[in-house]
Amino acid sequence: MAKNGAARDDARSQGPVKGAAARKPAKKPEELDRLIHERLRLGIVSALAVNDSLSFSDLKKLMSTTDGNLSVHARKLEEAEYIACTKSFEGRMPKTQYRLTASGRRALERYLDHMEALIRATRDR
Amino acid sequence: MTSVRPLRPPPPKDLPSLHGRAMDNLAFIRNTMEAAGSFTAVSGWGMVAIGILAVIVAVIASQVPSEAAALNVWLAAAILSPLMMIWAMVQKARAAKMPLLSGPGRKFVLSFSPPMFVGAVLTIVLYRAGFAVAIPGVWLLLYGTAVVAGGAFSVKIVPVMGLCFMAAGCIALFSPAAWNDWILGAAFGGLHIAFGIPIARSHGG
Repeated sequence: MAKNGAARDDARSQGPVKGAAARKPAKKPEELDRLIHERLRLGIVSALAVNDSLSFSDLKKLMSTTDGNLSVHARKLEEAEYIACTKSFEGRMPKTQYRLTASGRRALERYLDHMEALIRATRDR
Repeated sequence: MTSVRPLRPPPPKDLPSLHGRAMDNLAFIRNTMEAAGSFTAVSGWGMVAIGILAVIVAVIASQVPSEAAALNVWLAAAILSPLMMIWAMVQKARAAKMPLLSGPGRKFVLSFSPPMFVGAVLTIVLYRAGFAVAIPGVWLLLYGTAVVAGGAFSVKIVPVMGLCFMAAGCIALFSPAAWNDWILGAAFGGLHIAFGIPIARSHGG
């Protein structure tokens, strides 16, 4: 279900950007990073950008989401090497810790630039 | 009748929503960062320095002959301590390349300041009313309140420290006046040092 939701969000996110690119062919905007455009993944990356690392439960509380949803989206970011995951034990309790990688930070910066460029472009019209 | 065709086509209908969505995404990123990022510019080492100063002041205040003189010694420390903390926080923020008054930082200052202002006013009122014996308890109680209020936007350990100050304030208010200097020393000295070291170690200085 989470995957379907993410897929729907991904599909929705593509629409307007393609439209914007079509309207302004002279300066084709950089393609939107669909991976972090999805709200929950964007939230994970943004939260990790201001913390050295966050645990699974920290992120879950911060994003107000379910275990399953968070783990699906975190896995996607991990596969793209935007975040790194460390698993350990605190006593007998397993602890999953996430941190943002250099490429994840660059992706967030690119995304921010992209959003700012969109705002500038639509304001100029 | 021929239809009039505008030279410039009207802007596509999705433009405002595109702009709005981009703005919404940026606001979401900013809000998430603010919620996730605890205000770490509170300087742990600054707290340790204030704690050491408080211990020294407690020793001096306990040896001066009058209550008024002891209060003056504490007042001098109360003026010096915030300056030390501001300097330490500026240094820490510079080292971390973070703005000192970012979102959480601004909230911290806004929440921390009112109880401190109330404490300053009550100090004058209590002193004029000849009730100086209550001043140390009021200081501790209101400082604790300020730390708890500001600490809501900071790392978890900060509001815990505030609660400890409030507890110390209650103890001071219901203890013999002769204990005041020692309670102030133990609270402003001991608590700042005890909480400052873990903050410095875990939150970047």
